[in-house]
Amino acid sequence: MIKTGAEILIECLKNEGVDIVFGYPGGQVIPLYDKLYDSDLRHILVRHEQGAAHAADGYARVTGKVGVCIATSGPGATNLVTGIATAYMDSIPIVAITGQVKSHLLGKDSFQEADIVGITMPIVKHSYIVKDIKELAATVKEAFYIARTGRPGPVIIDVPSDIQLSSIEYSPLTEIKVKGYCYDDNFINGNVDEMLDLIGKAQRPIIAAGGGIIASGAHNELLEFAEKLNIPVVTTLMAVGAFDTDHPLCLGMLGMHGTRYANYAVCQCDLFIAIGMRFDDRVTGDPGQFAKDAKKIQIDIDDAEIGKIVPVDMGIVGDAAKILGEALKRLSCNPVNSDRRDWINRVRELREEYPLKFEESGTLKPQYVIKRIYELTEGKAIITTDVGEHQMWAAQYNKSKIQRSFLTSGGLGTMGYGFPAAIGAQAAFPGKTVICISGDGSFQMNSQELMTAVRYNLPVIIAIVNNGYLGMVRQWQELLYNERYSETDIKEQPDFVKLAEAYGAVGMRVTKKEEVDDCILKAINLRKTILIDFVVDRFENVYPFVPAGSTLDNMIGG
Amino acid sequence: MKHILSVLVNDTPGVVTRVSALFSKRNYNIKSFVGCETHIPGTSTLIIVVYGDDEIIEQITKQLRKLIDVIEVSDITQKKHVSRELVLIRVKADTKVRSEIIQIVDIFRANIVDFQNSSLMIEATGDEDKIDALVEALKSFEILEIVKTGEISMVRKNV
Ligand SMILES: Cc1ncc(C[n+]2csc(CCOP(=O)(O)OP(=O)(O)O)c2C)c(N)n1
Repeated sequence: MIKTGAEILIECLKNEGVDIVFGYPGGQVIPLYDKLYDSDLRHILVRHEQGAAHAADGYARVTGKVGVCIATSGPGATNLVTGIATAYMDSIPIVAITGQVKSHLLGKDSFQEADIVGITMPIVKHSYIVKDIKELAATVKEAFYIARTGRPGPVIIDVPSDIQLSSIEYSPLTEIKVKGYCYDDNFINGNVDEMLDLIGKAQRPIIAAGGGIIASGAHNELLEFAEKLNIPVVTTLMAVGAFDTDHPLCLGMLGMHGTRYANYAVCQCDLFIAIGMRFDDRVTGDPGQFAKDAKKIQIDIDDAEIGKIVPVDMGIVGDAAKILGEALKRLSCNPVNSDRRDWINRVRELREEYPLKFEESGTLKPQYVIKRIYELTEGKAIITTDVGEHQMWAAQYNKSKIQRSFLTSGGLGTMGYGFPAAIGAQAAFPGKTVICISGDGSFQMNSQELMTAVRYNLPVIIAIVNNGYLGMVRQWQELLYNERYSETDIKEQPDFVKLAEAYGAVGMRVTKKEEVDDCILKAINLRKTILIDFVVDRFENVYPFVPAGSTLDNMIGG
Repeated sequence: MKHILSVLVNDTPGVVTRVSALFSKRNYNIKSFVGCETHIPGTSTLIIVVYGDDEIIEQITKQLRKLIDVIEVSDITQKKHVSRELVLIRVKADTKVRSEIIQIVDIFRANIVDFQNSSLMIEATGDEDKIDALVEALKSFEILEIVKTGEISMVRKNV
């Protein structure tokens, strides 16, 4: 059948299983929007393109599918950049479709022309500019394939508006060939037996689970592997939810704001098994000193991650679930030593000696708010966060047990991520409780999306941990810059309750501990877009704290 | 240490930018970067010469392999290979020194490709050492201009 480029785009998206797209129209995507008008593809109109990219990212993180966002050329496309970079750093599969000026106007600084493919080159897995309508269908198919396979990541498709308008005979593609990129699910490069051998010999092994566990869906394999071999597990920020925090082998998060017991255990281990984690400097501190007495095994789907930051004794490249599955198979015929009584006892002692704690009395404490959110939702809510102290408290006190239920910008640390990501998650799962834990600073980076949530009846709960500061920066200034609070006091705030109401959402304010429970329960039951302004202690710090570049056993507080 | 990377890529627009951006993003220095057509339609070979220790080169190689348009990467430094550069040199040459220059050109098996009253243009191909030696030899005269290509290389093998 003869179809226009815009129609083909929509067909192709549907063929990829896309049900929701997030976007914002403009001159160079009118042809696409015109066809969307008649199609049954659900479009969610955001109020800023950055919101569209984060929403697509949030959708991808909760569903495990590819998230899609659409923007017009020039400023529309450049507004996506932060969202694309966020997805890139956290290996999240999204496809961004951008309109572009007509082909014959390309390269002439035409109105609303921006070389978005050039601008985003360092922050995408791959990108395309479609210059011939004959390539359009194949391009979309390739883009989705590349975004979701291997190490997932964002892909851009830039489509000039004349290509959207022109037409061609179209029949759906079933097959693709990408020269130079082929991904094999079952590919494992490395010696699983040798790994088990090393583990058998280790006295004090530790597993560090990263975002790769979630990406590969290796939750169950990880649990079985850790239990069978009796190995304690620490998680990175990206893996919160990948291993049950209440499990006796769980040590919680490691790194800059990790638990003392996780960091001490890492310093004391003799074998460090990294699975789908990339040794971010927020995790390692000084990489030269990281777990320095330990042999290291690294499992990652991306060959380039092996030994990139910390040299490792052994690398295995492949999908984490496949590799752990393979290891479990071999273990059932060939068990290795898993008697680690001394080590498990040592780890238990550490956990008892240095629990995560905060002062519960006096003013309203941010940790208390997050702890109650966790308890009152029975850990079943999807939590998104912004960036700052509240993010770290959320990682510490919201002990998610369910994978794909803790969404946070780990790699780029993007303020403004949380709320649009929550919108994406809520759109994917309208029936679930989705709570965005935000800061008073972060929320203002994308507060305009209140309109989006209200318009589509998305019952997202925004819990602002309002300390009147750009808290995390204030904390650094307090501890490392002699309390010189340069430009971090943001006491002058909009009235968040009225702001919510102005958009047609519900606003509530909590200033006392006694009001916390009622308010959270009310919010959960109301099923409306709700903003709760939790006015908390202004000077609370996140502890423990490993100053940047220091060693993990050099922790302040906690 | 010097490394020569031979990178087979899909000949798509932007591929050179993608490859070179990898180097600049990671703060690696490129000594030379040459793109050439190959006998396979739709592909090009990039010959990239970089300096760095083995770890850095391994990282570059892996990052290159991750690019969708990169088909194959090989570090041919350790393999037997032939390397060539092409240089054009304009040297001041009045009648007094001309024959001396011509002698040097002969020794290096180079060619004179332009002849003017007061200058000569010399063309030479060879590996880096030879080109450097030629330039060095001509330095005792007045070199007016040099243009030099990057290095291209090919592995010696019996197929
Ligand atoms: C877009 C962006 N700009 C700046 C920063 C630097 N930054 C990191 S945390 C932070 C403070 C966040 O303040 P707030 O959202 O109020 O959270 P709090 O730390 O008070 O919980 C800032 C400014 C950032 N991460 N992202």
